[in-house]
Parts: sequence; C-alpha cells; structure tokens
Amino acid sequence: MKALCWHGRNDVRIDNVPDPTILNPRDAIIKVTATAICGSDLHLYNAFIPTLMEGDILGHEFMGEVVELGSEVKNLQKGDRVVVPFTIACGQCFFCKKTMWSLCDNSNPNAGMAEKMYGFTPSGLFGYSHLLGGYAGGQAEYVRVPFADVGPYKVPEGLRDDQVLFLTDIFPTGYQAAENCDIQPGDTVAVWGCGPVGLFTIASAYMLGAERVIAIDRFPERLQMAQKFGAEVIDYEQVDVGSTLKEMTGGRGPDSCIDAVGMEAHGMTLDNLYDKGMQMARIGTDRPHVLRQAIMSCRKGGTVSLPGVYGGLLNMLPIGAAHAKSLTFKMGQTHVHRYLPKLMESIEKGKIDPSAIITHRVPLTEAPEAYAMFKNKTDGCVKVVMTP
Amino acid sequence: MSDTLFRQEAAEALQRKGAEHQPRRASAESGTGGDTNVGGIERLISVASGSALLLYGLSRRSAGGLALASVGGGLLLRGATGHCQLYSKLKISTSDASSKETRGIHVEKSITIGKSPEEVYQFWRNLSNLPRFMEHIKTVDVISATTSHWVAKAPAGREVAWDAEIIVDEPNERISWRSLPDSDIENAGTVRFLKAPGDRGCEVHVTLQYYPPAGVLGATIAKLFGEEPSIQITDDLRRLKRLLETGEIPTTEGQPHG
Repeated sequence: MKALCWHGRNDVRIDNVPDPTILNPRDAIIKVTATAICGSDLHLYNAFIPTLMEGDILGHEFMGEVVELGSEVKNLQKGDRVVVPFTIACGQCFFCKKTMWSLCDNSNPNAGMAEKMYGFTPSGLFGYSHLLGGYAGGQAEYVRVPFADVGPYKVPEGLRDDQVLFLTDIFPTGYQAAENCDIQPGDTVAVWGCGPVGLFTIASAYMLGAERVIAIDRFPERLQMAQKFGAEVIDYEQVDVGSTLKEMTGGRGPDSCIDAVGMEAHGMTLDNLYDKGMQMARIGTDRPHVLRQAIMSCRKGGTVSLPGVYGGLLNMLPIGAAHAKSLTFKMGQTHVHRYLPKLMESIEKGKIDPSAIITHRVPLTEAPEAYAMFKNKTDGCVKVVMTP
Repeated sequence: MSDTLFRQEAAEALQRKGAEHQPRRASAESGTGGDTNVGGIERLISVASGSALLLYGLSRRSAGGLALASVGGGLLLRGATGHCQLYSKLKISTSDASSKETRGIHVEKSITIGKSPEEVYQFWRNLSNLPRFMEHIKTVDVISATTSHWVAKAPAGREVAWDAEIIVDEPNERISWRSLPDSDIENAGTVRFLKAPGDRGCEVHVTLQYYPPAGVLGATIAKLFGEEPSIQITDDLRRLKRLLETGEIPTTEGQPHG
C-alpha cells in the first residue's frame, strides 16, 4: 500500500510498504477514506519530537471503512464506517474506566521509554513517535487499529467524511481545552493560535457558554476564520498582546487563557529569540512564549489551559506570577472517546460544520507538498484533508 | 521495612539448602551505609576542586562566598572519605571496589493490576502461565504440587534450566520459591498479592534474588538478565498487568514500515 513515511527533518515521502495485518485479537484493519495533517504533525516534520525513526508512517487523524476484524472485536462489522480516536485506549485500566482515555496504562508498547522521560506513560498514539507507542499512522491506504472494540466510533447515515473526520482529534481537542476552563456565564476566554485546534476551541468556548472569545494570531486568513467563528481578534504583530487583552477586558484580564500553539511558538519578543536559540542548540526543547504570555495575561484565580503540545523542558516560566495569581493549569492529550458521542450529535444536529476550516483537499500522493505548504502557511493553508 | 524482611527471607531460603551449596552472598548491599562509592580519580578531583572552592569561598567574606565554601567543604569531605551522600541516595557507585564484590542480583518491583488479589494469585499459581508474560522464561513444567522445572532462553540460542520448589503458599496472598540444588541459577523469590486501596485492584510485589555461578555460564546468565535486571522484571510485570486487564499484550511487531 501507499503510506506517508518520515525520512528526516522536513523530509516525508510516499513509500510503498506492506499492508497491515491483524496482530492481536482486539485489532481491526481500516481502509482509510479520509485523513488530515495535524498541526502537531509539524512538530514531527520539524523533528522536535524525539524517538521518531526513518520510515515511520505518520498520521493520527483518519477515518474509513472496517475491512478486517480480530477475533475479539464483537461490536464492529466489516463495512462499518468509523472515525478513530488518535489516542489508543484499552477501555479496561484504571484511567480508561475514569474516562481519562489518553492516560491509558496499557496501550503504549514502549511504556518503559516513556517512563524514563515522564515518570509514567501516557496512552499510545497513532503515528506519533516510538516514545508514544510507535504505532503506524493513518496517512496511508490502510491502518491497523488496536483495541478496536473501544476506539472506532460509527458514523451515522447521511454525514460526509469531511464533516466528521475532525472528531478524531482537533474538534474534541478544542472542546476539552474549553471544557477545562470551567467557563461561567459572563466569562471572557482568550485563545492563542487560530489554527484548526484554536478555531475549534473558539467554537467550543461559545458552545460552553462563554460571553466573549478573543483570539490571537498573525495570519490574516486565520484571524478572519476566527472572526467567522465569532471571536474578536488580536494580531500580535501589530499590538502588544498583554496590554491589549487587559484593555479589552476593562483591566481584569481574560478569565481563562488557552494556549493552542504549544512547543513551537513564534513571537516578536526577546524571550522568543532566547527560546529559539535554546531549541536550536537542543538545550531547551520547547519554546513557551505563548505560555508565558498566557500566564501573565490571565486574571487572578483564572485557568490556563494547554491543548497545544509540549514535549520536554521549559526555560524561564513565570511560575511566580502563576502562584501569586492562584492560577489553575489544565493540560494533556485529549480524552477523545469521552467527547465523541456528544460532538457527533452536535454535527448531526447541524450546530456546527467542522468542514468549514478545510482550505485544501489533495490526494494522499501529494502529501509531501501538502506538509511543506502547511508548515510554511503558504496559499492560505489552514487545514489539509487527503484521500488515499 | 517489609522489603528488608523479604530480602532476608530470600537469602535465608537459599541458606537453608545445606552446607554443600553455600550461596555466595552479595558482600556489598550496594549504596547503603558509609561504604566507598566514589572512584579513585573522582576522589582526587573532589579533593582538589573542593579545597579550591573552600579557600576561594572563605576569602570572599560574603553570603555567596560562604555558600561556595560549604559546597567546597562537602566536596573535600567526599574526596577524603570516598563516600558521596548523593550517590548513596541515588544508589550510584563509581568505585570499582563495591561493584566487583557484588555477585548476587537482588530485585524488588511492584505493579498494580485492576483485578482482585484472588484472580492474580490464581493466574500466577498456575505456573505454566508464567512464560506468557516473563519474556526470558521459555517453559515452566509443573512436576508436583510444589516442584517445577524452569527453562529460560539464553543468548545465542542457549538455554539454562533449573528445578524450583514452592516453600510458602498462602492462597491469594503470597507465594515464595527457591531453586533446588544443582541449578544453573540459584534463585529465590517471593510474590505478594495485596488488595490495593479503593477499586484499584491488586498490588503485586515481587522480590527476587539470583546468584549466577562463576565462569562462562555465569557470564551467559548475567547477559540473560541484562545490565539492569530490575528493568526486565518491570517489563515482565507490565506484561502481566496488560494480559490480565486487556486479554492481550500490545505490540507493533509485524506492522508496516517504510
């Protein structure tokens, strides 16, 4: 089959590889009908996530048709159309039972590696480094799905692939980011980053009752899209974000600040140049410019929520400000399984059309060019959907 | 406290095997007490840099200088005595003296499994299940109610084997065993099954003691148990947890790759 394989920094290729097979009784094989490039795939593309190996198949946002089932998968049938959560969960451990699916104890075959780095292992992920399982991803014609009796969710009749594909990751990720803020009536939520996750965060914050959402980015097409989702916007290249947020909120600061950017933040300030230097020298791994700004901007007693991915170590985090203001921090990979039914229903009822963020549709064979375009944000690229 | 108890039990179990089969006790319980755990050259460096820091710090006549002087003093002490508190806490030794004398391998590991102690005990007590999660064990044949024959995989396609007997069997709580005389590997161990708090299932605590023999076979066996036997036991226990909780052991072996 054809699959998108990682060959090094800024180097992904379509390779011919063997088809996947059932390896465990609870596996299924899915014929991929639609797959997307995630912003977090760019961290892999840029080689900032350790333990990726040459030839690894990328992709964790995918959906398709069930073509083969392991002996223990009783709830699916061949021909079922399913979306597949990017976090792999067993459904039976302490964490899965408490719906903390992305913390599954049992799905990472390389748990020992993750324990060395993080103390404990989170769940395995599709196509996201060996540290997080080493599972082959879904930017391919076929993909093997472990614990298929738990993850894949059937798509109701009448919904198109492009309407439901983002239930695999970015829509639930945005929703969890907003839900983590415990939004109260009258709240103002600030969202850094108007990429796909940021856009779904804006939409979700309103779904959860936010009074106002203020979105921060620098790309005109992304700021426009944020406005379409109902946000007021700040271009961080034009104004100082901290003081602007303060003025826009009558001197209070946003009630919640959401960092939908993560470890590779861009910025105009001195601390950002410092981070970039540290990251290039491989001394620090993450560039937390947005996180610093979120901490400084947030109102006292507010929540800082991090859907953006961080991988390693931070420098110069203003922990004193966070402590002085009694901030609450919420973070982590998304418990996709928890949100799937509710968000599928919101799409079915026409409350939201996730396909609105798609700017590019290409065949899988053009994935290498699509990665470059998405990374450099050329041609107004916000979200790429690929069909094998 | 209880871990020490089980360590003693394991050692005593081996000693009970009779005079002709004296176990070679690990002479250094590594990383404890005031033993030498800093190597020669490192001690010299510690003395030299410690003295320099101490003198420089004292000459500064300031709070910062005092801090430097105390760090220097600590280094000096470390170099002079050959004992490092931090190394001791971290169970690190850079001194040859202790590592050469340590021949026994002692491992204590635990894991929590979301099943009742009864279920986990039952699975373990059926010794033929053990190779399903112990990666290096090829087979365990049950010979009688208390004795069994173990075959382990060794590098280069070799095998090592031994007979073992269960010396304590408290249903749903504890199993202790030891190898019988003339084993390739003298070993003894205890596994305890404790009810974890709330709905967390069962805590499995394993204590193992191995005494690989000298010579070529000993070297092979040392390889078999790897550089860090505790990691292998951790991996084995993780496989047990996954097998019991999910019915399978997650893998990527055999998946496509570019």
